[in-house]
Amino acid sequence: MTDLVLPPELEGVEMVRGIRTPARLDYTFTAGQATSRFLRGIARRKIYGERCGTCGKVILPPRGSCPIDGVPTSEQVELPDHGIITTYCVVNVKFSGSAMELPYVCATVLPDGADMGLFGLVQEIPFDQIRMGMRVEAVWVDDDELTHDLASIKWWRPTGEPDAAYETYREHV
Amino acid sequence: MAEAEILSAPMVIEYPFSRTVGPVQSAFLTGLREGIVVGVRANDGRVLCPPVEYDPVTSEELTELVTVADTGTVTTWSWEPAPRERQPLDRPFAWALVRLDGADTGLLHALDAGAPDRVATGMRVRIRWSEPREGAITDIACFEPVEDDR
Repeated sequence: MTDLVLPPELEGVEMVRGIRTPARLDYTFTAGQATSRFLRGIARRKIYGERCGTCGKVILPPRGSCPIDGVPTSEQVELPDHGIITTYCVVNVKFSGSAMELPYVCATVLPDGADMGLFGLVQEIPFDQIRMGMRVEAVWVDDDELTHDLASIKWWRPTGEPDAAYETYREHV
Repeated sequence: MAEAEILSAPMVIEYPFSRTVGPVQSAFLTGLREGIVVGVRANDGRVLCPPVEYDPVTSEELTELVTVADTGTVTTWSWEPAPRERQPLDRPFAWALVRLDGADTGLLHALDAGAPDRVATGMRVRIRWSEPREGAITDIACFEPVEDDR
């Protein structure tokens, strides 16, 4: 760096080295019909996907149309609150506002019968024992805390059943 | 499937960024904290304020920082009738590009003029400083109109 010629007023004063530049966006999120149906289910501890009439896949969370065929989904499908971890991430970096103890694991959980997974936390197991294909079940919040929000599922925990074979979920990874 | 009532909810996304500012912005922001405005002299002799690290014409590194006045002239402006949270003022104001005396380029900030018919290109303004100051652009609270002082 070339030496700067400072104005005399700034000689000997402590220089500013950094600034805070928080960015904040205020939205009103409107869920749409399909996601509203899904979130109403979540508030009752129910997971609903929606089936595409063309390819037969069960879309989760439903957005009202099939992302493969582009047609409206035609049938609501109740899914169990257990399934398998298809993929996961060990989080080692704290971000502002998070109370999570490091490291922790975020995973994509594929409920049995669904063709897309839900994103969530995995707890009640050491982070380094979590693996692809592990069978897990949802741990819901208490009744008085249930809302139209995926936060109604606190986290997923292992069921202790044998892992699913990779071939059974490879198309969902 | 039955039509459901559509759900909606407030959602706020907030990123708590912080960053280092480099030597030239450092001088500019330190100057604001000290209550002076710093520009940089370009290779063609013009004073650029706010200052930049590299010459906009030749791309060479610029090193000569100079102070400019806290009074200046509005070169262009736009009225803000409904200020949002965290904007410089909580009442309607003008966004103004102000060429400070001693500078050849404009500094964008709020101008506390009261009403749009009291803002004009060419009008004279002065910095209203914040107290206390911390080394940020918000150390300038806003510009305020002054009687023609030239």
